[in-house]
Amino acid sequence: MADMAATSIGQVPAAAKARRSAAERQEARAGLMLSLPAIFLVFLFIILPVGAVILLGFTNFELGYPTFEFVGFENYVELSDDRTFLKSLWNTTVYAAIVTPISIFMALGLAMLMEAEGIGRSFFRTAYFLPVASLLVAMATVWQYLFHPTIGPINTMLAMIGIAGPNWLGSGGMVLYSLSIIGVWQSVGFNLVLFLAGLTAIPRELYSAAEVDGAKSGWDRFRLVTWPMLGPTTLFVTTISVINSVKVFETVKTLTEGGPNKASEVLLYTIYQEGFVYLRVGYASAMTVVFLAILVVLMFIQYRVQDKQVHYS
Amino acid sequence: MTTLSLSNIEKSFGGNQILKGVSLDAQPGEFIALVGPSGCGKSTLLRILAGLDSADSGEIVIDGREVSRTQAADRNVAMVFQSYALYPHLTAAQNIAVPLVMRRLTRTQRIPFVAPLMPGQRQAVADIHRDVREMAASLKIDHLLDRKPGQMSGGQRQRVALARAMVRRPAVFLMDEPLSNLDANLRVHARGEIVELHRRAGVPTVYVTHDQAEALSMADRVAVMIGGSLLQLAPPQVIYDDPQHIEVAKFVGQPRINLVASHVGENGIVTLGTERCVLADRSLAGDTPVTLGVRSEFVKVSRSGEAGLPAHVERVEFLGSEIIVYSKLDAIGEIMIAKVSPAEGAGLAAGMPIRLSASAEHIFVFGADGVRLPSAPLVENTVREAAHG
Amino acid sequence: MSPNVFTFGRVVRLSILSLGALVFLAPYIFMISTAGKAQSDIFTSSLNLIPQHWFYAENFAKAWSRVHMPTLLFNGVMVCLMILVIQVVIAIPCAYAMAKLKFRAAKVMMVLVMLGLLVPIHATALPLYVAFDRVGALNSYMALVAPFSISVFGIFLFLQFFRAMPDDLIHAARLDGMSEIGVIARVIVPNAWPAITAFSIFSVVAHWNDLYWPLIVVSNQAYATPPLGLLYFRAAEAGDDYGALMAATLIITSPLVGAFLLAQKRFVEGITMTGLKG
Repeated sequence: MADMAATSIGQVPAAAKARRSAAERQEARAGLMLSLPAIFLVFLFIILPVGAVILLGFTNFELGYPTFEFVGFENYVELSDDRTFLKSLWNTTVYAAIVTPISIFMALGLAMLMEAEGIGRSFFRTAYFLPVASLLVAMATVWQYLFHPTIGPINTMLAMIGIAGPNWLGSGGMVLYSLSIIGVWQSVGFNLVLFLAGLTAIPRELYSAAEVDGAKSGWDRFRLVTWPMLGPTTLFVTTISVINSVKVFETVKTLTEGGPNKASEVLLYTIYQEGFVYLRVGYASAMTVVFLAILVVLMFIQYRVQDKQVHYS
Repeated sequence: MTTLSLSNIEKSFGGNQILKGVSLDAQPGEFIALVGPSGCGKSTLLRILAGLDSADSGEIVIDGREVSRTQAADRNVAMVFQSYALYPHLTAAQNIAVPLVMRRLTRTQRIPFVAPLMPGQRQAVADIHRDVREMAASLKIDHLLDRKPGQMSGGQRQRVALARAMVRRPAVFLMDEPLSNLDANLRVHARGEIVELHRRAGVPTVYVTHDQAEALSMADRVAVMIGGSLLQLAPPQVIYDDPQHIEVAKFVGQPRINLVASHVGENGIVTLGTERCVLADRSLAGDTPVTLGVRSEFVKVSRSGEAGLPAHVERVEFLGSEIIVYSKLDAIGEIMIAKVSPAEGAGLAAGMPIRLSASAEHIFVFGADGVRLPSAPLVENTVREAAHG
Repeated sequence: MSPNVFTFGRVVRLSILSLGALVFLAPYIFMISTAGKAQSDIFTSSLNLIPQHWFYAENFAKAWSRVHMPTLLFNGVMVCLMILVIQVVIAIPCAYAMAKLKFRAAKVMMVLVMLGLLVPIHATALPLYVAFDRVGALNSYMALVAPFSISVFGIFLFLQFFRAMPDDLIHAARLDGMSEIGVIARVIVPNAWPAITAFSIFSVVAHWNDLYWPLIVVSNQAYATPPLGLLYFRAAEAGDDYGALMAATLIITSPLVGAFLLAQKRFVEGITMTGLKG
């Protein structure tokens, strides 16, 4: 029967098919041409370096030495016992554990107050958002002055009410909290703007329905409408906040250089020191792999929660 | 049996008076449709009735209780919203349960995890489950109970919204255009269903709509609101046959009523073509401007040369059981609409000269302020016509 | 609730918001105030916001002379501009192809984009640094710009935006005889300004403020970007000359803060859009 297709009846669809696939081929070629530069650059600047980092993590490569060799998991074994690295992992965790919840709940609270309040909305938004648009290195310098133990305005103010202010950035016990204050200050505005957008997107009728349904207090309406409806926004804000806290670097580099006595040593700063100051590229690569793994796990958690909890449609 | 009464409700937004003293009473079990063009204040009135907005002045009495200062939650009213306003994160069952949970459980009984330890909580929750299931069964949505609103069709959501409103047996039912988000077929079907549900529940219902056909077909009485005032509250037939205001006459009826500017002649007699009406109030001065209204089905189309006002056909619309004829009066250039049977309209085409007439008993006379002026056909007129023929 | 009525709740709300705003703005207030103070003022009266000796000129002169400010600002603008232009030119055709054309590499590209979103510059910096070092390209605009020439986030954002554009628009353009490049230039780009603006703000804010990568590849003042220049300035000043330091921070923060204040609506929209899409 297949041979019969060579008759005139069989030829029409065959020709149409050929034409169609010619158009398809052309479309596919255009698509490939248009995305080729992007594909090439993604390979060059993302895929290749990530592969290289993973490979380098298994070597004892040091910049300046001509040769290197594969050392297996030696770097990772060393990491598991490296007090600076463990300290920096711990510090990063503490920093993220302070900055993330505070900046999220502060932003949510402020956003709800602004949403409820008619006047001054744009002024308040500007005020809280300004730190996001400011050069963090520069503003860290200002914070250094504010935190100055003797001439700083904060301690001067505390002295006026009879409290001896701490050495904010200079004492090992305080420095991580002081950096967290700057971190919160810097990130609230971003979260706030996202929450404001999330709140605006909640249909007014849901609040009306909640009132008629018997949600008398503001808290009842928050539990029944606001909080669940903000779910996707909150999840996104949380992920971004955690990732940004894990990436803390500017303030540490500018203000403390990891000190005093490694009390503010954080992940990226340790990687920077090992890789670009001591030039131990292999070892720093192993740290980078740990850093990447943390990001992957965080994103994975986000996807899982997103699928399970906040997907409404 | 509960009753509902609004008196003299006023409301302004920023110097703009939205409600200009609206009063309305509903009998036990009555279905009232609040109808008007958008922006007439009907939704605001409904929200004030629900307790979602507060009136500047006026009284609201539900079931003999003055509630104008009472929170929405304490008024024992239920509302179905235009968008249904279902909580998207809750299943249909949870949505329907919300009003019961909020009312029957105390705050501590609602705390997650801890609540089941509270005395009486288990029994209360079981009762809620039972009531939700019964409600769902009566609305035939049992199979939807585990779905979230995002997984339902528009019609299904609307039923869940109805179930949520009815489940706690409220004193008053409020509906804010609940059918406007449904497609045309479903809408006509749902009209009948809502009327049936209302009959079973037997509580006063205020139903807001901008669709006059919906209002006329569903309600016991129709309240027509225009520009913040309640112009007429009457059964559908009365609203249609006996409009008390020109705006009511214009708003109700499809196609819209024909209006012709005129003025009062001698002895309070008003003339349209050869037809004459006499006003009940004969004291009105001659030359007082009035507007005459005739519904399209009472406009008679006859061939050129017969009696009536000369006009030319502009357009003919064939609708199957009837034909709509748009024609322009030669004298004043006004477009008149006539609804005629296919037999009467046969052969009409654009550009044809015709004659239009309407018998005096179908002519409404409205004063310059829009209020209907009582009138009656002038009888001698018909006698003279007969003599002529 | 009428806006002129101050209920108790509103007073509480406004007080909290105002107090918070004051705290958030305090660093700026002190920055501006301290930039005008003489060393002696700073040590004796840190809470006086109005300087006793008007020292703005001296502090600004000092900040201006120690580090070559025009170079810093010029570098900042150049680097951000080059990055932005290249990112947009690379990302838009790719996003368009992925959104509207059928080709086999599209699926691979989607996977690459999702993976790429995970990888910040901090993760790729080491091998890139080694490579730039090997080819002797450190201390150059090339080194500052090249790693950011591809923005998977940009591709992702434009992809979302283009997907929402009606196919008929593109079919009509093709029927009018446009090539794919023509479709992009004359149909897609003119309709994508909201997305382009949002992405531009996002990109400029990110790269104007970035310290990590410039710190790694630049050791020569001639190529320093604003954050790096400020680090140099701090190192050069060493001591507690906060007057000059604040003057320098004021100079360096003002371009972006100024741009933000002038176009705040766009900024907020841009951040919201990039935030919610990303």
